[in-house]
Amino acid sequence: MAATPLLDRREFLKKSAAGGTALVIGFYLPGKYEAHAGKPPKDSTAINAWVQIAPDDSVTLLIDKSEMGQGISTALAMVLAEELDLDWKKVKTVFAPAAPQYFNPIFGLQGTGGSSSVRGSWEPLAKAGAAAREMLIATAAKRWNIEAAACHTENSAVVQTENGKRVGYGALVEEAAKMPVPVAAKRKDAKDYKIVGKPTKRIDSPAKVTGKATFGIDVRRPGMLHAVVARCPVIGGKVKSFDPAKAKAVRGVKDVLQISTGVAVIADNTWSASEGRNALAITWNEGANASVSSDSIRKLYHAQAEKDGAIARKDGEASAALASAAKKIEAIYEVPFLAHATMEPMNCTADVRADGCDIIAPTQFQTFVQMTGAKLTGLKPEQVRVETTYLGGGFGRRAEQDFVVEALELSKAMKAPVQVTWTREDDMQHDFYRPAVLVKMEAGFDGSGKLAAWKTRVVAPSIMSRFFPGSLKNGIDESAVEGLSTLTYDVPNFFVDYVLTESGIPVGFWRSVGCSHNGYFAECFVDELARAAGKDPVEFRRSLLQKDARKRGVVELAAEKAKWGVPPPVGRYRGIAVVESFGTNVAQVAEISIDRKAKTLQVHHVVAAVDCGRFVNPETIRSQIEGSIVYGLTAALKGEITITGGRVDQANFNDYDLVRINETPHVEVHIVQSNEGPGGIGEPGTPPIAPAVCNAIFAATGKPVRRLPIRPEDLA
Amino acid sequence: MAITFTLNGERKTVDVDPQMPLLWVLRDTLNMTGTKFGCGMALCGACTVHINGEASRSCITPISSVADKKITTIEGLSADGSHPVQKAWIEEDVPQCGYCQSGQIMSAAALLAKKSNPSDADIDDAMSGNICRCGTYQRIRKAIHRAASQPAAR
Repeated sequence: MAATPLLDRREFLKKSAAGGTALVIGFYLPGKYEAHAGKPPKDSTAINAWVQIAPDDSVTLLIDKSEMGQGISTALAMVLAEELDLDWKKVKTVFAPAAPQYFNPIFGLQGTGGSSSVRGSWEPLAKAGAAAREMLIATAAKRWNIEAAACHTENSAVVQTENGKRVGYGALVEEAAKMPVPVAAKRKDAKDYKIVGKPTKRIDSPAKVTGKATFGIDVRRPGMLHAVVARCPVIGGKVKSFDPAKAKAVRGVKDVLQISTGVAVIADNTWSASEGRNALAITWNEGANASVSSDSIRKLYHAQAEKDGAIARKDGEASAALASAAKKIEAIYEVPFLAHATMEPMNCTADVRADGCDIIAPTQFQTFVQMTGAKLTGLKPEQVRVETTYLGGGFGRRAEQDFVVEALELSKAMKAPVQVTWTREDDMQHDFYRPAVLVKMEAGFDGSGKLAAWKTRVVAPSIMSRFFPGSLKNGIDESAVEGLSTLTYDVPNFFVDYVLTESGIPVGFWRSVGCSHNGYFAECFVDELARAAGKDPVEFRRSLLQKDARKRGVVELAAEKAKWGVPPPVGRYRGIAVVESFGTNVAQVAEISIDRKAKTLQVHHVVAAVDCGRFVNPETIRSQIEGSIVYGLTAALKGEITITGGRVDQANFNDYDLVRINETPHVEVHIVQSNEGPGGIGEPGTPPIAPAVCNAIFAATGKPVRRLPIRPEDLA
Repeated sequence: MAITFTLNGERKTVDVDPQMPLLWVLRDTLNMTGTKFGCGMALCGACTVHINGEASRSCITPISSVADKKITTIEGLSADGSHPVQKAWIEEDVPQCGYCQSGQIMSAAALLAKKSNPSDADIDDAMSGNICRCGTYQRIRKAIHRAASQPAAR
């Protein structure tokens, strides 16, 4: 990356003064801005992070990303601590406010998603750390009247190499802040790393095991009111009329107000607000979705699959090759809508005043929150202070603004801080769902038995056209076709097209996005092709991945570690799948058993092989893969949001259950040592598990599983 | 109606609707937010506290039913995060988002208070009421075994 650490002197000093005796270091990021929604101005003086060093040698790093469990605050702190030679025990993190200097270099917005944080921030943060370290060394060297080269750093101190004399960073900080900022500070050699690349415990665990970590729902402000909102059960419906009388009679209820999303009950506690909501009488204008059901959507998708779509990938002439194929395989695969079901239900706290506004939110997209605040209050963006809490899960749901809008409207109306809390039912029934998707697959082998053609038609709604209007190019939503259009299997005639199909059900980003379904479609179909070719699934994949060494590498590693060549114990079956997403390849081998009488399935063991290139914290990689597998396993075994009369049928964990401890397989993670990348790690573990399990079922029953979730009849 | 109970060793009196669940008394009346809201129907375990030593779902427990009882929340499990379960959770790097972990830890602590050396089946029984959407279950299991091997697990 060509990023050069430069610093606006004036900005730097201003920050230093504001920080008192703190050395505050910032840096520009003229690197890659692959913005989905516009680029920052050319002369942007974006400071992407800053570091505060206190007189007691403690160091605080402002984390410009949302911590939703993926371990980013630990990873970024590790990168800084490595390059700045910090005493790890004295590193603290706080979350950065919303400000243009924190734009995600990959999005061009301040936000967390797409497994982009380490990929985008490693280089600039390491460079800033190196620059700060040189400034501290220069300060100490000047004080001691020796050459900088005669000093080194360790444990938050500058040390005279010859005699071991040392001075802590805290004692140097005030002077160091006045030092010239090095233009190209020397970075550490990776072989000298003491922290990066080593398993490191999470920096946020102490707060999270004592109940002290503040999530959005835990925000408390003097005079704060609590609100619960009644939204139309039919998606997209509006309030026709309502009677607040009974709600207002509930003890603790302060007011009942109509807002853009429904009718809000405001009370002095959440439970009273919820009780008040139960007492409301509302008539709804149900709107156009009242006739939509899962069946009608499925019918629509099947009809759409007969139409030509926008071309997402075209290698060779797939139709011609299919027409002349010696052997053809066809299949239709389907997945349902899925809810995010973060453990912390949606919520937001807002305090709108005449001269400014605070929004305290568990959000993945600070820039959008600030824009929403400015839009709804008429204030300037810089008057809208956005504070990010810990997120009790994100998975893409917290990229949305709906909960922010409600808190803002209510605080504005009540002239008080208001926290809006969604109940589990609200959260389940008013999500932006993982799209239901249907694909039609066709493949053909030539006379010599070689896979000659593969055609895929994707029928799916578009997340991007709602989230970033105008972002579709040539009719393609990349997030709908990724994982299929990006396949690297060596097939000479390969074709993917996309039939954009909206059903009225709102859809959004869901952990691993398009690959959450396309990984399943592709990898199950590959097993069908392997069987048709009379080949072992691992051998078949290897033969098609001769040009993709990294993907082939994880297939081979997973197969080796799972002892693929040795038959499983009697009654056990194995399946493999491999998916690349967010720059990371993950292969998984699932070992299952089936109780054919009870028509139940147990996933006993999963072996995962991961190539994410260079990595910061291998412990985070292991835990993210373990967790991603559980997340994806819920989708494989249980997850299904269905629609009746425009309403979501599921409401809570009794009818939208999640995988629990007794259903969790033992997961073993193997990480490839690599200098590539880095790739993302928050999402890539999710896509392979459903196809790995379904391929194990295929191995057991001889019948492919072409629709999720897995149903009892699939196990016969 | 004034209701008195013992919370983390301290006597507390609250004047609220007797039907108000303990969860919301803790969170909204007493501003003790370590105990989490997850489902409101005792389906996820995020709100788990100890009532007279038993792991209980505070989201469905009317405050009137805890009069004169002893309640322990995550804030009272230890003064400084030194309970063997909390220490094991840090050692095994269990939390991800962390939202469910108060409930997980309270369920695990109650299990270990009864069974000092639980089997995997015991862990399944005691912990399958606690959902973790991040999927930290494998580490939870390891952490419980680790805590069980510490002398002060009770």
